[in-house]
Amino acid sequence: MAQAIDRFVPDGATVALGTALEALIPFAAGHELIRQGRRDLELVGPISDALFDQLIGAGCVRRITAAWVGNVSEGLGHCYRRAAEDRVPHSIEVHDHTNFSISLALWAAAWNVPSLPTRTLLGSGILDTNPNLKVADGLVHINALRPDVALVHVQRADAMGRAHAWGPLGITEEAGLAAQLIVLTCEELVDESVTLSDPNRILFPETKVVAVVHEPGGAHPSPVQGYFKRDHAFFRDYAKESRTAEGFLAWLEQWVLGVPDRAAYLKQIDVEALRIKGSALSAPVNYADE
Amino acid sequence: MSDTYSSQELMVAVASREIRDHDLVFVGMRLPILAYAVARNNHAPNARGLFEVGLMRDRPAKSYLGTMGDPPNVVGALWATRMSNVMALMAQGLVDLGFIGGAEVDRFGNLNTSYVGDPSKPEVKLPGSGGGADIAILSRRWVTLMNHERRRLVDRVSFVTSPGYGDGTPGWRKKNGLLGAGPAAIVTTMCLFRFPEGGGEAYLDSIHPGHSLEEVRANTGWSVDAPEDVKETPAPTQAELEVIRKVQS
Repeated sequence: MAQAIDRFVPDGATVALGTALEALIPFAAGHELIRQGRRDLELVGPISDALFDQLIGAGCVRRITAAWVGNVSEGLGHCYRRAAEDRVPHSIEVHDHTNFSISLALWAAAWNVPSLPTRTLLGSGILDTNPNLKVADGLVHINALRPDVALVHVQRADAMGRAHAWGPLGITEEAGLAAQLIVLTCEELVDESVTLSDPNRILFPETKVVAVVHEPGGAHPSPVQGYFKRDHAFFRDYAKESRTAEGFLAWLEQWVLGVPDRAAYLKQIDVEALRIKGSALSAPVNYADE
Repeated sequence: MSDTYSSQELMVAVASREIRDHDLVFVGMRLPILAYAVARNNHAPNARGLFEVGLMRDRPAKSYLGTMGDPPNVVGALWATRMSNVMALMAQGLVDLGFIGGAEVDRFGNLNTSYVGDPSKPEVKLPGSGGGADIAILSRRWVTLMNHERRRLVDRVSFVTSPGYGDGTPGWRKKNGLLGAGPAAIVTTMCLFRFPEGGGEAYLDSIHPGHSLEEVRANTGWSVDAPEDVKETPAPTQAELEVIRKVQS
């Protein structure tokens, strides 16, 4: 993980993450950005749960380009509020979007066109705060948004970067296609005989994937279909502890700065209580050609 | 109806009555999820729910959801997909009803979930639109649920995240190209506001049991007109309460 983040996410990068909304959030990758002291990042996402708040509080972020930033099950993001209202730890720039418009901005970049027109946002004050939205001919034109890198957590992947993810995908596909590079983290590193047995389920072109990190539990406290439940109490505790800047720094020390890696982080939680143990397998499909 | 109930349960029951059978509903989280469950189990057995994360369901999830992306919401789904596919349905005007939460609503049904105060140096930075503005602009009709407080029901919102009827002038939505018809109702902890056909200012439709017109007026940031014999909101039925309590447990 440390190597992948060091090599592919420089200071100042535009980074898409948390693209499946509340599930599959790459918390482990985000925490490594904090440990390595990354600065001046632009974070790109739809409804973005506590990881955005943590990166803001840790001073990594220059600009937010997102539809929503907070703590989904608990409400407001305290670090986001401190940065936007009180410039703590420093001021941030905010480019507001909706879920639909951030998706369109990424599809525009994926298709290599300057913008895409839509009817959403007509009549919204967001048009006045985001310079990348323009009204013309009765439609809103959403400027293309090209992340330098997309950080994506999936259920399983092979060493060549072929990822299988299931459950709702949010804006993950357009974020990966729009990004210059994709860094994958996965619950299971599998042989290519597994991924290639179901090419319809492969999430991205392998040619965009530059790193695959085997990081079980790398999405905690967010859920991973078939692997981990959501740790609701962890989000609740984070909301409480991050209420003050001092409380947040203590939280950060315990869960990020004071641990060398994800394995050490996971020793502090009851992993087995969160692990999904049931089995609900889909029916296999037949790819035979003769 | 002798059973007691909370104001949240009443809001859920009132919201559920906005869902018609066969509606495609953009559900959202918390109270609307419960409202959808009530409708689906009672008067709208053929309703379907959409979640912007990229899901379509008929039956509500079997266990507790902290968010729409939780694993129980995927089990039994009718469609698990990307967000833009779900938005495509809404962009075509195929979503009958949406639910939107908000921090502030005004008398024209505009919602603010972005900024209190000047956006360049806000007093409060709220989380943002999420899919709220998309629903407000594109779904055929929508409903918002809100705690009835004077600081939330304001004369005009300081920032329009999700447009209702704009400045309240007739035809404002059509003139500005908004696809859907706009807000149908504001469900609060004290009363139900509705809007006239074609849009405009919210009017008081009914007051919830145990609340008074004076109380509504004292806690609303605009001047509330009402007939002397304003009706009372029907209390939640046993059938409605049973579903709410079963889903919550």
